[in-house]
Amino acid sequence: MFYREAGDFNTSYVEDQQTFPIKFDRYRYYVVLFIAIVIVPFVINDYWANSLLLPFLIYAIAALGLNILVGYCGQVSLGTGGFMAVGAYSCYKFMTGVDIWWGGELLFRLPEFNIFFSVIMGGVMTALVGVLFGLPSLRIKGFYLAVATLAAQFFLVWLFNRVAWFYNYSASGQISAPERDLFGVLITGPSTPAWATYLFCLFFTVVSAVIARNMTRGAAGRKWMAIRDMDIAAEIIGVNPLRAKLTAFMVSSFFIGISGALFFAVYLGAVEVGEAFSITKSFLVLFMIIIGGLGSIFGSFAGAAFLVLLPVALKVVGVDWFGWPTDIVAHLQLVIVGALIIVFLIAEPHGIAQLWRVAKEKLRLWPFPH
Amino acid sequence: MNEQLAFTIEVFANGLMAGVLYALVALGFVLIYKASGIFNYAQGVMALFAAMTLVGIQNGQVPFAHLINAIFGTDVHHFGWHVHSFLAIALTVGVMVALAWAVQRFVFRHLVGQEPIILFMATIGLAYFLEGVADLMWGSELKALNVCAAEGACLPQGMNMWLEGTTYEALGYGFFIDNLDIVATIVAAVLVAGLIIFAQYTKQGRAMRAVADDHQAALSVGVSLNFIWILVWSLAGFVALVAGIMWGAKSGVQFSLSLIALKALPVLMLGGFTSIPGAIVGGLIIGVGEKLFEFLIGAPFLGGATENWFAYMLALLFLVFRPQGLFGEKIIERV
Amino acid sequence: MKDTADSYVTADGRTIGPVVMEMKNITLRFGGVEAIKDISFDIREGEIRAIIGPNGAGKSSMLNVISGFYVPQEGEVWYKGARRPAMKPFEVARQGIARTFQNIALFEGMSVLDNVMTGRLTHMKTGLLAQSLWKGKAEEEEIANREVAEKIIDFLEIQAIRKTPVARLPYGLKKRVELARALAAEPSILLLDEPMAGMNVEEKEDMSRFILDVNDEFGTTIALIEHDMGVVMDLSDRVVVMDYGKKIGDGTPDEVRGNQDVIDAYLGVAHD
Repeated sequence: MFYREAGDFNTSYVEDQQTFPIKFDRYRYYVVLFIAIVIVPFVINDYWANSLLLPFLIYAIAALGLNILVGYCGQVSLGTGGFMAVGAYSCYKFMTGVDIWWGGELLFRLPEFNIFFSVIMGGVMTALVGVLFGLPSLRIKGFYLAVATLAAQFFLVWLFNRVAWFYNYSASGQISAPERDLFGVLITGPSTPAWATYLFCLFFTVVSAVIARNMTRGAAGRKWMAIRDMDIAAEIIGVNPLRAKLTAFMVSSFFIGISGALFFAVYLGAVEVGEAFSITKSFLVLFMIIIGGLGSIFGSFAGAAFLVLLPVALKVVGVDWFGWPTDIVAHLQLVIVGALIIVFLIAEPHGIAQLWRVAKEKLRLWPFPH
Repeated sequence: MNEQLAFTIEVFANGLMAGVLYALVALGFVLIYKASGIFNYAQGVMALFAAMTLVGIQNGQVPFAHLINAIFGTDVHHFGWHVHSFLAIALTVGVMVALAWAVQRFVFRHLVGQEPIILFMATIGLAYFLEGVADLMWGSELKALNVCAAEGACLPQGMNMWLEGTTYEALGYGFFIDNLDIVATIVAAVLVAGLIIFAQYTKQGRAMRAVADDHQAALSVGVSLNFIWILVWSLAGFVALVAGIMWGAKSGVQFSLSLIALKALPVLMLGGFTSIPGAIVGGLIIGVGEKLFEFLIGAPFLGGATENWFAYMLALLFLVFRPQGLFGEKIIERV
Repeated sequence: MKDTADSYVTADGRTIGPVVMEMKNITLRFGGVEAIKDISFDIREGEIRAIIGPNGAGKSSMLNVISGFYVPQEGEVWYKGARRPAMKPFEVARQGIARTFQNIALFEGMSVLDNVMTGRLTHMKTGLLAQSLWKGKAEEEEIANREVAEKIIDFLEIQAIRKTPVARLPYGLKKRVELARALAAEPSILLLDEPMAGMNVEEKEDMSRFILDVNDEFGTTIALIEHDMGVVMDLSDRVVVMDYGKKIGDGTPDEVRGNQDVIDAYLGVAHD
């Protein structure tokens, strides 16, 4: 009754390949954007921002990045945590002014970048590191590659722990984001308003989604998917596997780096690399894209939303309603996430995105059965 | 002999023994991968689960005590009995076989024919699931593992303040070697020899190798896929139990035991995922390499703690030159 | 033998040009096995050249050498009058050589249209930055290439399935999509590895018609491996016969048909 395509014809290729070909979908998208940009900032408070919205937006960016690498290009990476750390620490150094030393002498110090460019530099630095750690993918495939990315994960965490330059020689080894503002509004630090951090992250998330969508719908996306589906055939029909894989690593790492920078500077404010960016983080983002749907932009968002919501929902149900101790709830969370991964892989390997597509197919006919 | 050299040799020897323990965990991976093409990320958690079950049975813990207490408001913790080590081990083996059956029945039977990466991710999910269950069943606090044959004849404990070791006098220098490591080496060697004999010379071992090569072909000659898979997962579970006992005795039974799986991965990368001798050689190389690197370069020049990543870097380097590992099968791609 | 530099016109009015590709003394070994033993032959521009022979003769390996996927231990490949240096398969594709595969090598995660569009990848040049913005250069290039792809889809009559994921297609249609993908590259040389395998008579007639049309309308040079003798005799201008890695016949279909070595090879008469 609501969701109809009758009368909705696409009369040009431009129309045919747009993101939302069905009118209903397009309008729904505009409504969601409107609510997100115009309405939410007025009703948001610290609790909602910190427990749900900020992590959702930030993890969505990481999920987009990892989905490009794993879902579209088929290169499995378990180094997401380490790469987020690169983003975070790069952002920190640029925020506090990068200091260049040689032979024990301070040569010069870059000026402090504002928070916006610091986050961008976080992405850029991570992109470079991503290309470096992506080089083995030219020789190594499948599991071997996944395990090789673990080398990146462990090495990077060790690096940010041991090399004091990264945390500006502080005694605790932690990095904290100094207070910074944008156009007079505080974005980092303890006293920022919730709507400011929200809008800042929302900006990055929307832009990331648009860029990811554009890249995956065109030649780059097709090259990546060709490599994923059959890399030998891809090479024979003209795809340069070196460039395709390295661009996948580069773009993916850029997004993951931005996510890491935001995670540190805007969401947490202070991080210790071993806790915040461990292999658990790598698995978390991987689970997001599996549950959400590999090779799907919508899936990245769905998975991020699901895995951000789940612990909060479990805590509300388990601790607040049933009165169970928190450690039991934490264990239950492991059980449920693990079981869900298995269930999704068995029943719907294309994740929530596929369930959504099937639901929309049914919705087109509703209320008729066929 | 010169003190530095002697110490280096001692580090080398300890590295060899650490390598044996790595090889033991890696073996579990190789078994499952050979027979089903599944890379079982949950192997480490299986070792943890096995060790926790062993301790739980031995100490007469009530399974899921914490959860039951939370739901029903009761306050039970122990049955009050104490089970002898050997019986507890036998019962734990039973539990691991049941687990193997369950995993086969509920997870992998539904994933036949899927791509390897999907199977791998399923095992990651399994690892999380099993970890949660293990914690709920036996509690997540640190436990001491006391495996004893009789009063006084116990497995050497690593958790004591002073490592029980033996000092061997040789060439004017006292080499210190951990007793537990000696026992572990012997046990691992026996286990490996047993597994190789099993794989090469028994009917089931041959069937297992057939399944590893080609599922369809094995089916067509009458091999029961399900039986072989349950067998293989049970074997892997048994290996996990032994590894769990050894590691657990060394540093206590706790969550970090499951992270050993992550240590076994570079072993497999080096040795090849499908080779039993590869797991051993790889384990030894990584064990020695790790300790020597930390001793010679890591601690003096790089600030230490390089053991976290050195194994991976070493394996990565190997892989770049030999993508299938030292003993792995060369992947020939045809169009 | 006609001079290699001459063009000539065939009985049905097609122009066959000078030699465009030449294999000189190619030897290919895999470990101890010699898959191709000192084979030389040429392909003329605009002709349909069949490569035939019993199973295991090394025909697919020969196509793989032409594609650059296998590097022969001895011998040279000459393309457009110059020796082709060792190059990676994707560089060979960019020179204008496209192919289909014996066991279908479509990208199963994508739709028919996307698969055909991957054939256009060698022609799509806009950079990553422009692609991330989409509007402007990237979209223009996409639409222009889409138009070419749609022409091919029309030509091969697969419009109805253009949005279907290829994994769902029956075998015969998959083969047609693979041909579409190869044609989308607008190649100068098209290599077809058993394009009619597994097809019934009707499907073979359709495929033969497409192959002839491709050669006629676009002037594409075609080298094809095929087992169906009827097809080979009807379609091809010249034939190369391989057996156990050696060349045992080279000439027009009639010349080859009467060659005793060729007859022996197919009947399974033992070689020395």
